[in-house]
Amino acid sequence: MDLDNLIQQFQKKDTVAFETLYNMYAENICGAINVIVKDSERSQEICQDVFVKIWEKSNQYDTSKGRFFTWILNIARNAAIDEVRSKTHKNKKKNLPVDSLVGIFESGEDLNSKMDTIGLQSLLKGLKEKCILLIDMLYFKGYTQKEAAKELNTPIGTIKTRIRSCISNIRKNMA
Amino acid sequence: MSMDVKEYIASGILELYVAGELSPEENLEVQHYAIQYPEIKKEIEEIEKAILELTEAASPKMSQDGFAKVKAELGDVIPFTPEASSGKGTPWGSYLGWAASVLLAIGLFWMYTENSKLKSEIELTNQEKQSLEDILTDTQEEITSKETLLQQIRDKNVTVIALGGQTVSPSSYAKAYWNKEESKVIIDAQGLPEPPDGFTYQVWSLKLDPLTPTSIGLLDDFASQDTRLFTLENANESEAFGITLEPEGGSKTPTLEQLYTLGAVGS
Repeated sequence: MDLDNLIQQFQKKDTVAFETLYNMYAENICGAINVIVKDSERSQEICQDVFVKIWEKSNQYDTSKGRFFTWILNIARNAAIDEVRSKTHKNKKKNLPVDSLVGIFESGEDLNSKMDTIGLQSLLKGLKEKCILLIDMLYFKGYTQKEAAKELNTPIGTIKTRIRSCISNIRKNMA
Repeated sequence: MSMDVKEYIASGILELYVAGELSPEENLEVQHYAIQYPEIKKEIEEIEKAILELTEAASPKMSQDGFAKVKAELGDVIPFTPEASSGKGTPWGSYLGWAASVLLAIGLFWMYTENSKLKSEIELTNQEKQSLEDILTDTQEEITSKETLLQQIRDKNVTVIALGGQTVSPSSYAKAYWNKEESKVIIDAQGLPEPPDGFTYQVWSLKLDPLTPTSIGLLDDFASQDTRLFTLENANESEAFGITLEPEGGSKTPTLEQLYTLGAVGS
């Protein structure tokens, strides 16, 4: 069954189709959450909640929202950011860092996250710090182009070409 | 319409598309091109693959029972979406919808009927109101004319002359209200019988020495004059008034055998 059919079945509340989609994307969604939350246990809990939410909201997805993965990634990062914000309320030490991916890449610390830091490092190898920051902002944090341009102190018009070259670097590392 | 596919891909718009940075319209446009140009579709999939790799590497060590935990939660989920309610289980939502529509239709029909009823009632009431207004107007006119008449009779210049019954009809009587100043005389013919067909009463002003009668008018349409009051012109130096029954249209001289009433002024 191709992706379009799978999504259609899922939208008809077919749990088998939903399980297939879960198996396809669970690791990615949990990973995206983990980059922000940096806690393996908590990330998995949030990840489960996110999939329940995806099921509940299934009828809200249509192609005007873009790729199916883009849609569920958006739901996941909103949940993760909410988590960190509520935590920030209780613990002032932690702010929502813009450089989470950079930190993981550079130090490979964060024992709590249980990430495949070696895998990450090989994917991001040779990427400039500004590139990793841009990927972090656009894909993991959901910044708009305008917000990202402001953060990087560059004109908004350069964001499009820059993200193109950054992702191309990753694709080269994958090959 | 042709486009430069390579240039389109190189612009970076597809990376933004995968990131969810585009508007709904732009998303649909990208999909349109993806269907039209397989190169674009392939590029999108590869960009997505890069992000999938990246997020996968960032994932925590996943527990094996992940979906089971999610599925357990779904048991508690009651999908309130319209799609879900029409697709699964008892379609109470749609029954209720139909019931509501039927009720609404009945309600609207009832309101329409009530409205029509009220409209015709209002129309009827308006008609009644109009006829009452007409009656009121008539009554007011009648009162006005009677008041006018009363004023005329009560005028200080009016002399009242009682006309007594004569041989042909001893029980008859009449009154003349003569306003010399205005040269008007009002005859109250209440005491005269209705004239037979083809006949009419004629009023005469009389000079007594020698007896000279002058016609001052006919009491035409006697039967239709409810008040039996007739206003006539009289500029004569009258000494008496007499009323005779004459053939329709009146006579030049009074028919004395048909003298019904007679009365002298100032007697």
